Amino acid sequence: MKDFLDKCCSECWHTPDKPCELFVRCCSEGPLCHHDKACQDKFDNLNKRLKYHEHDVPIIFIGMGTCGLAAGAQKVEEAIINELKKCNISAHIEITGCVGYCAKEVIVDIKLPGQDRISYCEITPKIVPKFIQRTLVEKGIFKEKLLGTYGKPSEDLDSINNDPFFKHQLKIVLENCGVINPDSIDTYLAYGGFKGFDKVIRLLLPQEVIKTITDSGLKGRGGAGFLTGKKWELANKMKTDQKYLICNADEGDPGAFMDRSVLESDPFRVVEGMLIAAYAIGASKGYIYCRAEYPLAIKRLENTIKQCKEYGLLGNNILNSDFCFELKVKKGAGAFVCGEETALIASIEGKRGMPRPRPPFPSISGLFGKPTVINNVETFANVAGILIRGSEWFASIGTENSKGTKVFALSGKIKNTGLVEVPMGTTLEDIVFKIGGGIPFNKQFKAVQIGGPSGGCLPDSVIKTQVDYQSLREVGAMMGSGGFVVMDEDTCMVDVAKYFLTFIQTESCGKCVPCREGTKRMLEIIERIPVSYKNTKNKKDQLQRFKGIIHLKRLGDVIRDTSLCGLGQSAPNPVLSGLRYFKDEWETHLYGRECPAGVCKELLTYTIDNSICTGCGVCVRKCAVDAIMGEKNQAHYIIEDKCIKCGMCLESCRFQAINVN
Amino acid sequence: MHSQIFQDYPPKDKSSLIPLLQDVQSIYGYLPEDALQEIADFVALPLSRVYGVATFYNQFRLIPLGENVIKVCRGTACHVKNSSNILYAIESTLNIKAGETSRDKKFSIEVVNCIGACSIAPVITVNDEYFGRLTVKEIPAILKKFTNSPKPKPVEATAVKSTS
Repeated sequence: MKDFLDKCCSECWHTPDKPCELFVRCCSEGPLCHHDKACQDKFDNLNKRLKYHEHDVPIIFIGMGTCGLAAGAQKVEEAIINELKKCNISAHIEITGCVGYCAKEVIVDIKLPGQDRISYCEITPKIVPKFIQRTLVEKGIFKEKLLGTYGKPSEDLDSINNDPFFKHQLKIVLENCGVINPDSIDTYLAYGGFKGFDKVIRLLLPQEVIKTITDSGLKGRGGAGFLTGKKWELANKMKTDQKYLICNADEGDPGAFMDRSVLESDPFRVVEGMLIAAYAIGASKGYIYCRAEYPLAIKRLENTIKQCKEYGLLGNNILNSDFCFELKVKKGAGAFVCGEETALIASIEGKRGMPRPRPPFPSISGLFGKPTVINNVETFANVAGILIRGSEWFASIGTENSKGTKVFALSGKIKNTGLVEVPMGTTLEDIVFKIGGGIPFNKQFKAVQIGGPSGGCLPDSVIKTQVDYQSLREVGAMMGSGGFVVMDEDTCMVDVAKYFLTFIQTESCGKCVPCREGTKRMLEIIERIPVSYKNTKNKKDQLQRFKGIIHLKRLGDVIRDTSLCGLGQSAPNPVLSGLRYFKDEWETHLYGRECPAGVCKELLTYTIDNSICTGCGVCVRKCAVDAIMGEKNQAHYIIEDKCIKCGMCLESCRFQAINVN
Repeated sequence: MHSQIFQDYPPKDKSSLIPLLQDVQSIYGYLPEDALQEIADFVALPLSRVYGVATFYNQFRLIPLGENVIKVCRGTACHVKNSSNILYAIESTLNIKAGETSRDKKFSIEVVNCIGACSIAPVITVNDEYFGRLTVKEIPAILKKFTNSPKPKPVEATAVKSTS
């Protein structure tokens, strides 16, 4: 048997056209329709091989998610192949997704026959020869880049789960990410895949599935936090000829990459979750709406759907149950607002992606006017686990109002950037300092931006806040989809507010006035703040600058209360939370015309320290406006009136001779 | 050249408008006017509606792109790690602004919201090749690599001259 579609003997009759209802169980428990020792051995061997338990040659796992590839995984793979040829070693290379530790990419795992799998990080093509020599030729441990072992720890070999980054995590959604081959349905089946769906389709009624999900307390992971079970129930009650199921993978939040990583590393889990949801609501057609900016995720999804069809897990009469489900990938075309469910529906229908008022909710009237359930990638990835282990298990994790775990994308000024999954109720502090490893270069923590353009910046004073839907809303942020951007003392909060408003302003679809015009005015007010005296034209301008601030909060409240969709309603959040927690910094900008973080360019002055400057002339060539003067090999100076504060001289100086204040 | 793409879609199906536009763009790199007209006829929508959709989404372009497309990520993580300086450095090296194409048609600069590689911010991609953890100092070397790439055929000599 090469794979699970291969027949163990002539007794097996499963084909996609004539499916066997026991197919999924059969994969893990050996032949169920007949007893034959030889067949059972065949199944056992196949499972052992697919779970990487038994193999003759060493297996080399290379993490090839987008983050791995960006860090050079392709080149590492080539180097390894070359090195294997050179040393005349036969080994099998297995591609995996992302284990989440993006800061340490490229991650390469080695598993020698009969030994545990050992993980190594920060592998570069340059050290590959040494690495291969040590691990495959000498069969030892490459200590310099060791991450840990997946097996039993020993004295000089710590478990990977003892690494601080992994120690405080609880992996449910990310369980298989970076561990299994995301392109192989057989591996997923061997790892217990599709068992949740198998249980649902053979033993449970749609109402029972919905009850399990409702009891578990699973809430939508896309941001708003609506109870998933309730959403399904609404759609289930509708009587119509056609219902739709949509997976929202239009992860537009800048600073969030959970969905991308899950789709790249464990796409089958998402499809299984969708199958269960489709059965529960009675949908026969589904779409995965994925951003076009994620080419690898789309490629893996298409492969997933193809393989599921080959194995009879998508299409007609799935597992001989009369249940039919067709799944298609729709590529988004780059509009942030399409993450909003009604806008997403409009986009699939081929229109401009503009939201419409709700009610009617999509569960009543959605795609092409039919009942439609839309859930986020992470929500679907949770579903199968809940059905296998039960709603009580899931409800026992997390806080009273928020159950389960949440995946966050750690990025910004933090040591361990990457993807983490923590139980609800973990404090922000734990995520930043215990898992994230704190701020690099001994800088001071300033804020964490959570929830993308809809969320807010939370400072030191509320860092003990627990991560759950309610607590985050109370402190002025929101769960959002899970972006977690850490900022240090060098980040200017006025600049961050300006950045998010610029983003919202360009991404606003323009349908409703509060969002279209309101955010524009808000942006104008904020843009007037970091302006130097020189560029303030007249007294009226000056007056406007102060007047704007007075109106800013009220304007924000109006936008929040009157906008049509979630994008507009949450648009003022970054500004309002900034005003709430970083008032001092705003006032320094406003009254003192200074930027303490040294970011707002107009408020900076660049000078050259003439005791350090060697007169090399690099900055002179870089300066776009010829503002730097000086004789060769003599200290230079900057003409302030000419300087446009682009900072290119600072970046290009090799002697740190340029001061900014 | 693009007539074969219509084979995969049923006629008069309005929901295939966006995939059709994506297919055409993947052939030409932009949306030529006559192709828009053909698509409009195929899905039975007025050209104005097709134009409306094509201009709504960030992905679609109505003017051709340069040979090398530089995408500068301006996501939050990249922003706090000074991607604005990276963008400025690229703009001043190539002497064009974001969204423009250099006169020799060698480079186009695009600003994207987030490529999802936040952990290695700041990031740019050039023709789908990623460059992470960038500093301004590395920009000229990266651009040079693509200016001198063997891909372009006859105009290479003049192209190098005009961008340097």
